[in-house]
Amino acid sequence: MTTIFDVPVQAFLGQLLIGLINGSFYAMLSLGLAIIFGMLKIINFAHGAQFMVGAFAGYLLLKGIGVGYWPALILAPLVVGLASAAIERIALSRLYNLDHLYSLLFTFGLALTLEGAFRYFFGASGQPYAVPKELAGGYNLGFMFLPKYRAWVVLASLVICIASWLLIEKTKLGAYLRASTENPTLVRTFGINVPLLLTFTYGMGAALAGLAGMLAAPIYQVSPLMGSNLIIVVFAVVVVGGMGSILGAIITGYMLGILEGLTKVFYPEASNIVIFVIMAIILLVRPAGLMGRDA
Amino acid sequence: MKLTAIAAAVLTAAMAVPASAAEFSDGKVKIGILNDQSGVYADFGGKWSYEAAKMAAEDFGGKVRGVPIEIVTADHQNKPDIASNISRQWYDREQVDAIMELTTSSVALAVQGISKSKKKINLVTGAATTELTGKQCSPYGFHWAYDTHALAVGTGGALVSQGGDSWYFLTADYAFGYSLEEQTAKFVKSKGGEVKGSVRHPLSTTDYSSFLLQAQSSGAKVIGLANAGLDTANSIKQAAEFGIVAGGQRLAALLFTLSEVHGLGLDAAQGLTLTESFYWDRDDQSREFAERFFKRTGRMPNMVHAGTYSGVMQYLKAIEQVGSDATEPVAKAMHEMPVDDVFARNAKVGANGRLISDVYLMEVKKPEESKREWDYYKVLATVPGDEAYIKPAESGCELVGQ
Repeated sequence: MTTIFDVPVQAFLGQLLIGLINGSFYAMLSLGLAIIFGMLKIINFAHGAQFMVGAFAGYLLLKGIGVGYWPALILAPLVVGLASAAIERIALSRLYNLDHLYSLLFTFGLALTLEGAFRYFFGASGQPYAVPKELAGGYNLGFMFLPKYRAWVVLASLVICIASWLLIEKTKLGAYLRASTENPTLVRTFGINVPLLLTFTYGMGAALAGLAGMLAAPIYQVSPLMGSNLIIVVFAVVVVGGMGSILGAIITGYMLGILEGLTKVFYPEASNIVIFVIMAIILLVRPAGLMGRDA
Repeated sequence: MKLTAIAAAVLTAAMAVPASAAEFSDGKVKIGILNDQSGVYADFGGKWSYEAAKMAAEDFGGKVRGVPIEIVTADHQNKPDIASNISRQWYDREQVDAIMELTTSSVALAVQGISKSKKKINLVTGAATTELTGKQCSPYGFHWAYDTHALAVGTGGALVSQGGDSWYFLTADYAFGYSLEEQTAKFVKSKGGEVKGSVRHPLSTTDYSSFLLQAQSSGAKVIGLANAGLDTANSIKQAAEFGIVAGGQRLAALLFTLSEVHGLGLDAAQGLTLTESFYWDRDDQSREFAERFFKRTGRMPNMVHAGTYSGVMQYLKAIEQVGSDATEPVAKAMHEMPVDDVFARNAKVGANGRLISDVYLMEVKKPEESKREWDYYKVLATVPGDEAYIKPAESGCELVGQ
């Protein structure tokens, strides 16, 4: 059998693909974080909790009123986005003029509160969410068994990432957004409602987290802690990609996912630290991150 | 004449109360349920164990020898230091007579140490380590429900006899995972099975697909999951997704209970093998108990909940027999009395404090086999208590043989 570094080439290909799948989640989550940080200069520690709420929204929609996977894919992010926009309006927007630490602490507190509340009502062992019928089963690729649902996740995340990037870089709305972060006062003189734009941005970033949560529900247990496990990795991805760089977040997300997947073959014990080792190296060599602009 | 009789009766009654109360410290029996109520083990034991303990007190009549029974509870957050502080406070200032449940081995060992030095009774149902009745045993310490040895014998040994003779382990990369893997592997080999390899995954990994793929390609008949809680749940869910059980391999969770199966759902958990010392649908007696438990909590009890009920019950029976809540005589009675209740049948307590009762190898039903909610298990084999647990004489506990 052909081998690469003593690993059969089939296992190698399998792990590469799995890395790509995990990378899709990293990319989607870090994208939302990067958008919020890039536009609002807020380090959104509640991102993991919003991811979790997205998954729970899907679960509750199904269990409570029988709404299936596909409508929930739209509804769950909408719920998370609207709720987060309301929070931005009521609370977060009052903190923009203060030091970054305040908004960081606020979102961190929000995350702990949300996780605590869900744990109180739903317990810690998680809730089941089945894979939708259309996507059950899988393809036998010869070198591995690829569940259809995972293939769908890769596809969906690619589409979402490209669409978000286009929205911000190539549309008029995106141009307004970018302009209002550069110079809010000037943009306001043109008659553009800057606070509304900021609310929209935060809501959209959170909705992306909710969507990722909804996509993750059939793969992971829908549990109150599912976000806190992921959020630290995602922060590392954003830092490596360059704080606030949207393209950087997307590319780094996929890249680190693959790298982590390969580590699981060669040295599994190190698989949860490899991303942080890379982060440390990148910070030493390029403090602004791979695609970040130097401040 | 009649008046004299009444007077005599009143007098006797008046004398009886202080006489019996004098045998009880502070005029009540107070039991503390200390466990994880907010973390990863909140469903494994949690506030449901507290509810089970309250049920035991109520079933006992609320009083033992005329003295009221009180159950208190606290959350130790899986931290031995917090647990130690709470137990000291309970023993020193709040007149708690015994502490029970104690999920998480590190916590159980810490509290058992404190109880031993303060000469108080502790009864563990939620922790797994055999150390509690081994080197670190206590004359006042008891271990109910299960331990790592029983899980290894049940899942490791009994499953080999069922044809699962080649194994691959998915092991959490910390002491608990190693010891579970090591003990299970030992029983697999002793029954003539073979271990094809293992992979170590970091604690709290979210994605297990890589590890599962390695396990799948090993060709082993059984994939042993030497991890716990959400880690096990996620490995099982993703194994179902990658068609591992459908492909003919068997999954064996080394520490998994009814609560976690419920959280996972039968779609993902079907075909899973595990070991528990209690199943609510065992007989009429267990069903009656479970239905009452369900009315209070909205869930069926697992072995930790039922074990806690049994532990509290046995402690109260011992007090009833001795007529006092003094530690030494009650502990002695608990060692000597047989245990026969809804949880443990014809069971006994070893000199090392280990409850020796049967454990069951279970297989999780397919969704179509399940007739109602919580109808989850098929019993594959019953392992007699004497085989499941380390013999007290071989446990390394210095109390044995004295």
